[in-house]
Amino acid sequence: MQQTVFFQAMIYLAAAVVMVPIAKRLGLGSVLGYLVAGIIIGPACLQFIGTEGQDIMHFAEFGVVMMLFVIGLELEPSRLWRMRKNIAGLGGMQVVLTSVVVAGLAMLFQVGWKEALALGMIVAMSSTAIVMQTLDEKGWLKTVAGQSSFAVLLFQDLAIIPMLALFPLLADHIPAGESHGADQGTLVSGLPAWIQAVVVLSSVAVVIITGKYLLRPVFRLMAKTGMREMFTATALLLVVGIAVLMTSVGLSPALGAFVAGVVLANSEYRHELESSIDPFKGLLLGLFFISVGTSIDFELIMSKPLVILGLVTGFMAIKMAVLFGLGKTFKVRNAQNFIFSFGLCQIGEFAFVLLSFSAQEGVLTKETTDTMMAVVAISMALTPLVMMLNEKLILPRLCAVKEGTEVHQVSDVEEEDNPVIIAGYGHFGNTIGRFLRANNVMATVLDNDSDNVDFLRRMGLKVYYGDATRYELLEIAGANKAQIIIIAISDEEKRLEMIETIKKHFPNLHILVRSTNRNDAYDLMNAGIMHIYRETFDTSLRVGIDTLKLLGHRAHEATRSAKTFFIHDERTLKHLSSIRNEQEYVTAVREHIEELELIMQADRDSTDIRSLGGWDRKAEVEKTEG
Amino acid sequence: MAKVLIQFAHPTLSKSSIQKTLETYCRKVKGVTFNDLYEYYPDLYIDVKREQKLLAQHDIIIFQHPFYWYSSPPILKQWQDLVLEYNWAYGPEGTALAGKKILNAISCGGGREAYKETGYNRFPVTQFLLPFNQTAHLCKMEYLPPFVVHETYNMSDEMIKNYGERYASILTSLVNDEFQAEHFQGVEYINELVPALQV
Repeated sequence: MQQTVFFQAMIYLAAAVVMVPIAKRLGLGSVLGYLVAGIIIGPACLQFIGTEGQDIMHFAEFGVVMMLFVIGLELEPSRLWRMRKNIAGLGGMQVVLTSVVVAGLAMLFQVGWKEALALGMIVAMSSTAIVMQTLDEKGWLKTVAGQSSFAVLLFQDLAIIPMLALFPLLADHIPAGESHGADQGTLVSGLPAWIQAVVVLSSVAVVIITGKYLLRPVFRLMAKTGMREMFTATALLLVVGIAVLMTSVGLSPALGAFVAGVVLANSEYRHELESSIDPFKGLLLGLFFISVGTSIDFELIMSKPLVILGLVTGFMAIKMAVLFGLGKTFKVRNAQNFIFSFGLCQIGEFAFVLLSFSAQEGVLTKETTDTMMAVVAISMALTPLVMMLNEKLILPRLCAVKEGTEVHQVSDVEEEDNPVIIAGYGHFGNTIGRFLRANNVMATVLDNDSDNVDFLRRMGLKVYYGDATRYELLEIAGANKAQIIIIAISDEEKRLEMIETIKKHFPNLHILVRSTNRNDAYDLMNAGIMHIYRETFDTSLRVGIDTLKLLGHRAHEATRSAKTFFIHDERTLKHLSSIRNEQEYVTAVREHIEELELIMQADRDSTDIRSLGGWDRKAEVEKTEG
Repeated sequence: MAKVLIQFAHPTLSKSSIQKTLETYCRKVKGVTFNDLYEYYPDLYIDVKREQKLLAQHDIIIFQHPFYWYSSPPILKQWQDLVLEYNWAYGPEGTALAGKKILNAISCGGGREAYKETGYNRFPVTQFLLPFNQTAHLCKMEYLPPFVVHETYNMSDEMIKNYGERYASILTSLVNDEFQAEHFQGVEYINELVPALQV
C-alpha cells in the first residue's frame, strides 16, 4: 500500500483516538489502548502499517527521553539523593539477580553461557514508558511502590551503558566485519578506553553546567520575546540536543535528559518547561506504544505458540519473583509490593535496543532475537492486563478487612454500618475523620493508597482500599446504611464521577464534597450538590482575620466581618453558578463586589452605632427625658 | 388567633430533660413557631434581617431558656443587642414591636423558696427578670408574667411530663387569646393561670 506521511499520521492518530478512550472507559488504562490500536492497524489485522512500524518505534522512543526529562524536572536533586539507596540497592540487585537467574536457567536449557548472560541482561530491563505512564495514570507515583519502581527503572537506564559496552565481549559468532564499533556511529568508539571515559564524563558535566548556568538566561530571553512557541522550541531544542550529545558519546539519551531535568528542577521555568514538553511527550509515547503493538509478529507467534507462551510467562514469573523478594527485603509492604513486582515484570523497550545490538554484534542468533522480540512485545502488551489483574483481584483481597483468618470474597464481606463514609483520607479527609472520632462518631474510610490503608488499619480504623468511584466498594463500605458520605478525594474528576455513582445507587446519602476552588464549586453545584466546601476558603478568611488583628482591629469585629464575608460569598457563589455565561458573569461579578462593599460598610457602620451609643446611651437619654 | 414565637436558647439541650420535654410539647401546639437560636446561630452570628422578619410576623414572643446565673444564656443577650435596633424596636420611629406581648419561660434549679428575701437567692425571679421587663417596655411591648419551672434537679419524669402538658396548654390559651389583661393582675407566674401547676 502506497502511503504518504499524512496517511500514516491519520492512521496512527485515528487508531489512538478510537481505542484509547474505549480502553480508558473500560478501566484498562491508556497504554493498553495504544497497544491494541497498534495491533489493529498493524500487519496482523488491518495491515495499514507494515514493517515500517519498527522505524517508527525508534523514532517514538524519543518519547521516553522526553518522559525522563519531565520526571527529572519533578525530582529535585535533594530528593534524588535521598533515593540513592533504593536506586543502587533495589535497582542494582534487581538487574544483577534477574540477569543471573535468567542466565542460569538458560544454561540449564543448553544455552551457552555468553548467550545466556546476554539474555539475562536483556530480560532484566523493564519498560520505563509503560510503568511510569501507568503509575502516573493511577496516581501511584508518590506511593512507595511508585518510588521503588522509579528507582529500579532509573538504575536500569544507567545499567544499559555498561551493558552496551559488555555485549561485544560476549560475541561468539564473530560477524562479517570486524569494525563493529563503527556501526554504533559514536564519535568516541575508536578511542582508547580512558579517553572515552573522560569524554563521557565531560559530556555529562556539560549537561549539568549548561543546565545550571546557561539555560536560565536563555530561557529568560525566550520568555521575554513573549512568543510561546519560541519557548517551546527552546525546550525541544534542549531535549533533542541532549539526546544527540548523549548518543554521540554512547550514553543513553534518556539518562542525559533525566540529568538535565533534575538540574532544572529548581529553576523558575520548571512548570513552563513541563507544560511545553508534555504534549510532545504524550504523543510520542502513544506512538511508541502503538508501534510496539504493530511490531508483534503474529506469524512467528503462531509458528511456535507454546515456546513463546512459555518464555513470556517464564520470564515474567522470574522477574516478578525476584522483584517481590527484593521488595520484601527493602520493606515494601505487601500490597505495595504487589504493585511494584507486577508493574515491573515485563521486559522493556531497552530490550529492543539490546536485541538489535546483540544481533549486530553476533551475540545472539537471528532466530533467538526474532523470538525474543516477540516475547518482549507480548510481555509489554500483557503488562497493563497483569497490573489490572493485580488491582482487581489481589489488591482488594489484601486490603479487604480480614474477618477471622479467612479472606472472604468481596461480595461476602458484611456491609459496614457506620453512619459516615469518608472517601479519601489524605490531609483533608483525615482531619474530618479525627474530629468525628473525637466526638465518638465512627466513619468508614475509603482510600487508594495501600500504605495509608495499612497504617490506618493498624490504628484500628475501618478502612477499605480501592477506587471510591466504584459502586461495589461503596456498597461494601456500607453506603446503603450510612447517612452521610464525605467526598474528600483530591481529584476533581473523580469527585464528579463519584457523585454520579452515589446519586444513581445511593440516593439517600447526604453528600458533602470538598472542592478545589470557585470553578470546581460551580461544577459541583451543577451536579446538584448542596454541601460544598472550598478547601482554602475558611483558611484564607482566618488569615484575613489575623491580619486585621495584627493591624490593630478588634478581634471580635474582625471575626464578625469575616463571617459576613463568608455568608455573602457563599450566597454570591450560588447566584453566580446560575449565570455562568461569560459576559453576564463579568458584570454580575462587578455588581457583587459593589454589593459586598455596601454590606461590609453597613456592617461596620452599624457596629459603630452600637459601640458609640446604642442601647445604653439611648436608654439613658430616654430615662432622663422621662 | 395570636401567633406565638418561641425564641429558644439552650446551649446544651441534650443534657436537659425538662427543656427537651418543654420543647417536644410546645412544638406540637398549632400557631407556635419554635426558633432554636443556638441551632441557627451556633457561633452567635445572628441573621438580624431574618429575626426582625420573624418578630414582625408574630404577636407574642416567648424567651424560653434555662435560668443561668439569674439570666439567660448569652445568645439571647447577643440577640437583643443586634436585633432590637434603634428606630426599629425603640427610639422615636421604632414601633415594629409596639403592642406585641412578651414573656420569659424559664427553668431553674433552685426551688421557689430560694427566690425569696429569706432564701439564698435573696430576690424573686421576677426581679432578676427586670432587664427583660424594661426592654419590653422600651420597645412598647406588654411584658407578661413568666412561666417558671423550679427545682429541675430532682424532678420525676411524671412531673416533667406534667409541666410539658401545662406549658402546652398555656401556649394554646395564648394562641387562642384566652387571657385578658385582668387575668394577669396580681399574678407572679403565668403558671398560676393553670391551677394544677401551683407548686
